[in-house]
Amino acid sequence: MCVTCGCSQTGVANPAQSPEVHPETGDLHFGAGAARVSVPGMSQERAIKLEADVLGANNAVAAHNRAHFSSHFVTAYNLVSSPGSGKTALLCATIEALKKRAPHIAVAVIEGDQQTRHDADRIRATGAPAIQINTGKGCHLDAPMVAEAFARLDLHAARHHHHGDQHAHAHAHEHPHDHAHEHGHSHDHAHGAQTLLFIENVGNLVCPAMWDLGERAKVAILSVTEGEDKPLKYPDMFAAAQLMILNKIDLLPHLSFDVARCKDYARQVNPTITILELSATTGEGMKPWLDWLLGNPKHNRFDGMRARIAQLEAELADLKARSA
Amino acid sequence: MHEVSLAGGILSVLEQTRERDPFERVIHLRLQAGALCGVEIPALRFALESIAPGTCLAEAVIDIEELPASAWCLPCGQSVPIFSRLDSCPQCGSHQLQATGGTELRVMEMRVV
Repeated sequence: MCVTCGCSQTGVANPAQSPEVHPETGDLHFGAGAARVSVPGMSQERAIKLEADVLGANNAVAAHNRAHFSSHFVTAYNLVSSPGSGKTALLCATIEALKKRAPHIAVAVIEGDQQTRHDADRIRATGAPAIQINTGKGCHLDAPMVAEAFARLDLHAARHHHHGDQHAHAHAHEHPHDHAHEHGHSHDHAHGAQTLLFIENVGNLVCPAMWDLGERAKVAILSVTEGEDKPLKYPDMFAAAQLMILNKIDLLPHLSFDVARCKDYARQVNPTITILELSATTGEGMKPWLDWLLGNPKHNRFDGMRARIAQLEAELADLKARSA
Repeated sequence: MHEVSLAGGILSVLEQTRERDPFERVIHLRLQAGALCGVEIPALRFALESIAPGTCLAEAVIDIEELPASAWCLPCGQSVPIFSRLDSCPQCGSHQLQATGGTELRVMEMRVV
């Protein structure tokens, strides 16, 4: 049972593979389990046709996560990057900016790292609920890990606490029944509010590209202290992302990073990717990022199409110029 | 090294099959990997060989068939073969390609005793 809301299924994996749980924080450590050993049976030689997708089990849990998020009015984003791109600093800055710009929106974070609870501690310091997943030797988060963490994430407490603090009058006036309701999410609808769930993946530009976690979109973060050719070197990740954030742009005066070339490379592997430039330190570029996060899904879906239209228009202008 | 995770995923597909349809061990395993599935085939083979001892895969011969990928070329308005995400359209040279196939990694069939 979902320990957050009581719904019957959480998508949580086989209990035999369950992680160690930190008694105070609920952080999860998946590196502590032993390999399973199988018991052989007996039979004659024969062929078995399978045609099974190796990631099928993960994808089924990811689909369940997506439905679970949707029923909780949670919008999840999967943040992927190499280590040191500034994901956690960006998240802390985003949480602070959202408190001012959209105080009706609750924010929660699932933090993925091989070891340590440092990142979840940094998030909790902002006041947002966070669960740390330690993958042990694992190089990426998978959907069952996220299902387990989501079930333990104190989203309801955060939301109800939040409403209690910020909207006590409006809430009591408009929705006197909501808190008594067993699965009381109707207030989310009524306020047009939602929860943003950020899943900070393990710092790695290779493996997390392949694992669907149930997110609405992958957001690839590339800091300008890295090479501008990262999108070409790690094409799977930039092909899988809907948004690329160029982070640490306050450092550009000290670097030889070619922003235009980097964007060209990203569009070469993903013609529909949206690109934003940002500095989590100075706050430059935070507004378009918050616009993107808070924009309705339709708006986001049209981003790629708009980029495509702009590109076709540019090509047409180029052709016209040549033929003239 | 997500190939180790994928090898574990392959092994669990086999073990789940064995729970439904018991057998002793796998003699021959055939996999298909699309060119865009994000898997280095030698690394996947190494990972499978590494986790095989003590499992139903211990003495199995493993075939991994690499499938070509395809993409929709927006300027050409047709499907074209590609081999990596960095490829341009073989006909018009455009990078306006949307991958449409080649991301699959499948356990196709096995011979068991």
